[in-house]
This record gives sequence, C-alpha cells and structure tokens, in this order.
Amino acid sequence: MRDLLPKTAPPTSDKRWRIVDTAMRRNGYAPDGLIETLHSIQETFGYLDEPSMRYVASSLRVPLGKVYGVATFYHHFQLKPQGEHSCVVCLGTACYIKGSSNLLEAVRKRFGIRSGETTPNNKLSLLTARCVGSCSLAPVSVLDGQTLPHLSPDQLVEAICALDETEEAAQ
Amino acid sequence: MNLDELESTAAREREQCAGQKCRLRVCTGTGCASAGSDRLTEALRQRAKERGLEGEVTVTEVGCLGLCAEGPLVKVDATDTLYQNVTPNLADNVLDSLTGEAAGITVCNEKQPFFTRQNRVVLENAGYIESDRIESYIARDGYRALLHVLAEMSPADVVAAITQSGLRGRGGAGYPTGLKWSTVAKATGPRKYVVCNGDEGDPGAFMDRSVMEDDPHRVLEGMAIAAYAVGANHGYIYVRAEYPRAIKRLKTAISRAERQGLLGSSIAGTSFSFTIDLRVGAGAFVCGEETALIASVQGNRGTPRPRPPYPAMSGLWGCPTLINNVETLGSIAPIIRCGAPWYAGIGTEKSHGTKVFCLTGAIKNTGLIEVPMGITLREIVFDIGGGIPNGGTFKAVQTGGPSGGCIPEKYLDMPVDYESLREVGSIMGSGGMIVMDQTSCMVDVARFFMEFCMSESCGKCIPCRVGTAEMYKLLTRIATGEANMNDLAKLEELCEMVRETSLCGLGQSAPNPVISTLRYFRDEYLAHVNEGVCPAGVCPMNARKGVTTHA
Repeated sequence: MRDLLPKTAPPTSDKRWRIVDTAMRRNGYAPDGLIETLHSIQETFGYLDEPSMRYVASSLRVPLGKVYGVATFYHHFQLKPQGEHSCVVCLGTACYIKGSSNLLEAVRKRFGIRSGETTPNNKLSLLTARCVGSCSLAPVSVLDGQTLPHLSPDQLVEAICALDETEEAAQ
Repeated sequence: MNLDELESTAAREREQCAGQKCRLRVCTGTGCASAGSDRLTEALRQRAKERGLEGEVTVTEVGCLGLCAEGPLVKVDATDTLYQNVTPNLADNVLDSLTGEAAGITVCNEKQPFFTRQNRVVLENAGYIESDRIESYIARDGYRALLHVLAEMSPADVVAAITQSGLRGRGGAGYPTGLKWSTVAKATGPRKYVVCNGDEGDPGAFMDRSVMEDDPHRVLEGMAIAAYAVGANHGYIYVRAEYPRAIKRLKTAISRAERQGLLGSSIAGTSFSFTIDLRVGAGAFVCGEETALIASVQGNRGTPRPRPPYPAMSGLWGCPTLINNVETLGSIAPIIRCGAPWYAGIGTEKSHGTKVFCLTGAIKNTGLIEVPMGITLREIVFDIGGGIPNGGTFKAVQTGGPSGGCIPEKYLDMPVDYESLREVGSIMGSGGMIVMDQTSCMVDVARFFMEFCMSESCGKCIPCRVGTAEMYKLLTRIATGEANMNDLAKLEELCEMVRETSLCGLGQSAPNPVISTLRYFRDEYLAHVNEGVCPAGVCPMNARKGVTTHA
C-alpha cells in the first residue's frame, strides 16, 4: 500500500538527501525510525530546519507536530545552523565540582557567546553536555570531537584559538 | 559457529598471542586516549619499525586498564610491567625497557590497593582484548556461555541459574534479575523483546561506556542468553548519542557476531534465532527510565507512563519486554561459565556479586574499579582511591547521581550494598561515586542536581515539572543569601510532595540530593540562611537578585 502512494521529493536537489533516504529505508519507512532519521539529517546537514522536518513527516507519514515535538524534546537535536567548530563543555558532577562553570565563563568572556549560541562569524558554537563520561579527566570539554582533559579556563580559550590558527596555516 | 569451532578459534588466537615475542598493550580508554594514547600507539609502531623490531614487538590497543589518573598506561607482557604517564615522546623509552633497564618512564605499582583490592568480573577482559576483534573475545572464553546454554540448558534452567546467582539490576534500583527474567518468560505475547539499557545518563558515571567500548561482545552475549531464557528473538541496544565510540564498536561487534553465526538465525545450528538492532538516544536523561526508553525506541518523545503494566508484561509495541542495564547483562556470561553458586558467594547476604564504580572528584586515583559488594566506603575512598589529594579533607561521597545522596564521613565504614545505601538516604545508582572535599558546598551540590532534574524533567507530570523548578528557585535563594527559615521549611515540604506524587523515578528521586544534604549538612544550610555566609566559599552570597556566578 505504502508503495502505491506518491513519493515525497526531498526539499532540495542536494545529493546528500540520499543518506537520509537510506536511513528511512533501513527502517522500512516505519514511524518508529523517526529518531534515527533525524540523527541522519543532523549528521549530514548539521542541524534540522523546517523543510527537512516537513520532508521527514511526509515520508514517514507522521504529523509534523510529532516530528517537531521529538526534535525539540531531545537535547541532541539542533534547530539552528552550527558554527564551523563546536565546543562542548561538560557539566557533569565531577566536572562541575572541579569548576566547569569557569570554563563557560571564560568562553563567554573571550568569544561573547553563551551555551547554545554561535559566534556572529559562524566560527564557533558553544554547547554544554550533561556528562560526556570522561569524569576521571574532569573538567573536560570536547572540542570538534576531541576530548580535552584537566582544562583550565585559559587552556580552553587557547585551544579554541589554536583551531583557527591551524586552519589559517592550512590555507 | 558451534562449540568445536569456537574452541579452535580460541586456540588459534591464543597460539597467535603466545607466538608474539613481545606484546605491548596500550590502554585506549577515554582517559588514556585524551592523554595521548592514540599517538603513543602510532609512535610505538613507528619506532619499532625503525628499529627493525617489527616482527618481535606487537602493539595492541586494548580497553581501559583502570587507573585513568595516571594515563596513558602501557602494559608490557614480556616483563610483566605496567608503565604510567607514558606520553607519546616516551615511545623509545618503552622499547628500551624491553632489552635493558627502564629509564625515563615511571613503573606503575600493580601491588597497590587500587589493583589488588578489586575483583574484576564484568571488567575481566578490559585491558586484555581488542574490542574490534571477535577472536580476541573468543580467546578469553567469549561466547562459550551462550553455546553452553544453547546446547545444555533449557530456558527455565537459565532463569533458575540467574535467580540462584542473586544478581540484581545494576542500573540502580536493584530489582532481582532472575525475577524479572521469569516474569518475561512466563508472559505471553506474539513476540518478545530484550532491550539493553545503555542510556547511561547519570552525570559522573561511565561504567557502561567502558563496558560497551572495551568489551562489546560481552553485552551481546548477555543479551542473547537473556533472549534464549525469556523466549525473545529480537533485541535493541539503546545507547546515548554522547558515546560515539561505543556506538561504533557495538555496530562492528554486531556485524562480526552475525558473520560468525553467533547472532542471527539458527545460532550454532540450533533453532534459536536472535537479532540485535542499535538505537541511538538523543540526549534525554529521562530515557533511562524503562517506560520512557520504550517510548524512545519506538521513535517518540521519551516520556514515561504509569506502571503497571510493567514492560515485562507490555513493553515495546505492547509485547513482553525484558529491559536490563549494560552491567547486568555483562554479568550474565561469567555467571553461566563459573556457576551461580560462585557468583552468589561474592558479596553480602542480600547483595551478591561485584559492582563497577567510577571513582571521580577529589580523589587521588580517579578511575574505573570493580569491587565485591559489601566493601566499605572507607576502603574504596582511602585504600583503592588513595585518599584526598592536595592535603584536602574528606567531606562527602555522592552516589547515585541526581537520584542519590551525599554520604558523610560518619558512614564511611558502612558496607556498600543496596540496603545500606538506601538506609543512609542514598542509592546504589548506576555506579558513579564522586568524592568531595572541604572545597565543595553541599547547598551548591544540591542546587546543581536540582538544576539537572529541572531541565531533564520531561514535563509530563506536574509535581516533577513544577516542583523541581520551585525547589531550584528556593535553593538559588539559599545560595544567594536571600532565603529565610520559611524558605527552608517550604523546601522540605516540597521534597516530600515531589517524592510522593511524581509519575516516574526521575521525579520521585529528584529530592534525594536535597534531603540527604539537609540531613547531614543542615548546619551549612543554616549558615547560608541565618548568617548569610557560605562556609565553603562557593556560593555567590549577597549577589544581586537572580544573578549568580554560575552560567
């Protein structure tokens, strides 16, 4: 029956939508594959925007409200474009008692962004995590996927600045 | 793969390991990895090649060796020596030590209590096996329990063995695992499911992460045995998105096990089939609650629902569903292999076996430990943990995360088991153990956990949604020096109300950190309220209304 219904076209002609389609196909276009599908969109495009949520809703035949509900319920999903680099400050218990709030403060002072915000030049997004599970290294932050252990506020700011320098050197 | 093939694979792998003249095991657990163990592995391989030692020295990447505080760790099998703080530039020194004296690198004393006081059951393979190679797991008796169960035991026998072992749920609540299994086994439904709860959301806990990353096949084997026992043919592993490495390794492990015929249809030539799918969470603490987890696996918002019916009767898609924690499932294979009486013999009368803890905070030996139940907190903190660093004094140990409590010094000699911890107002929890010294303020800690529960509350029931927010406001007033004794009374009243009337475990246990700190550190609250001072100097006393130094 499902096959007979007209197929929804992806929001753009971007070839990367195939990755998303594959994720949906793997779950047989079943509504319970919704979270997996949203994961694949975020992995591919970096965030979830309205057209992508509409596309998922019509492909999996679930109400748009449900897609939006799920996307906003889970902290992992981002509804805004993210900066080139991401800095995730862990706010788990071990990091907290070792001063992770000072890390956030240092980033705010230097780059003018709070948790969940991106710098105006789109370079850096600051995020927080409930616990990244590296408690023995507290306080930690995850900079572009790399876990930085035993951070002082200055070290974190330095590491973020170093990201840009490596980029400039590569150009 | 049948038992004979399994044994020949194991023999081949062991032979190959024995044939390696010199095996270096580099810890690639998260702790050591961020201290540079990945680059160390590269450097060791590179230098060994340059020195023409390629055939003689084998560098293997293994899971967590435990003592994260001193990473990167390298174990040299030939000389039976463990080295600590081996940064990548010390690769040459390690290779030098193979032929002569070790110079420039620090030997880690394996006779220290951190190692000798542990009893590794779930973590038995951590530090030995290469997680991406199934052969490596098989060589250490992997999948032997599964094949034994399929060939020699009926499902009822398996349930009886687990019941006899006295294993209790390691996710925190401590529900007897055997009883849960028998409920699902007896339940009727068109299909049954086994779900592994890998949504380790407690801040300060990373046991499950280690098990899934370092020994993923152990989890799969436990799930397959559970599925056989309860009559399920399909399972899900629910892992948090924050653990990308665990996700990758579990995916690899599932496909390797399928290729070897240890998962999939007609396992080991029997009529038993079992497949496993991976579901990735998306950052919601409440999904650790079993009914919320079920909602999330089905692609919905992770909100809990009232129980009964329990998932054992009506879980995924209304079918009987067995939900066990990673560590619980990780204990299954050893219990089958070594026998239920052996496992029941470890620990105390009511809490059997071992428990993995993550020792963190103000403690010298931070890391991952596995100890028999009934060990005292003092032994964990001062013997295994090495005490408080920098001349600090012990103040409290926090167990159970946002659902647990802070245990003061006077209970340090209490045995660690489910009942004792509950008596002093905390819980076993999933295994985070955060040690605090005099620099931590208990009001601030309570406020930290309340902020956590407030933002992680799913919002379905009012006591939790509104209650946690109100309690957070009151705690903030206390922490900023604006509170009076009425606020304190109101806080206590709210604790009671939220605990008694919330829908799920998150809300019911959210007041615990407040209740336990009020019970043992009331003088600190009073100092904040009456004198307007924070004894530890942490809270932003007398700050302007609504403005705190915590971002």
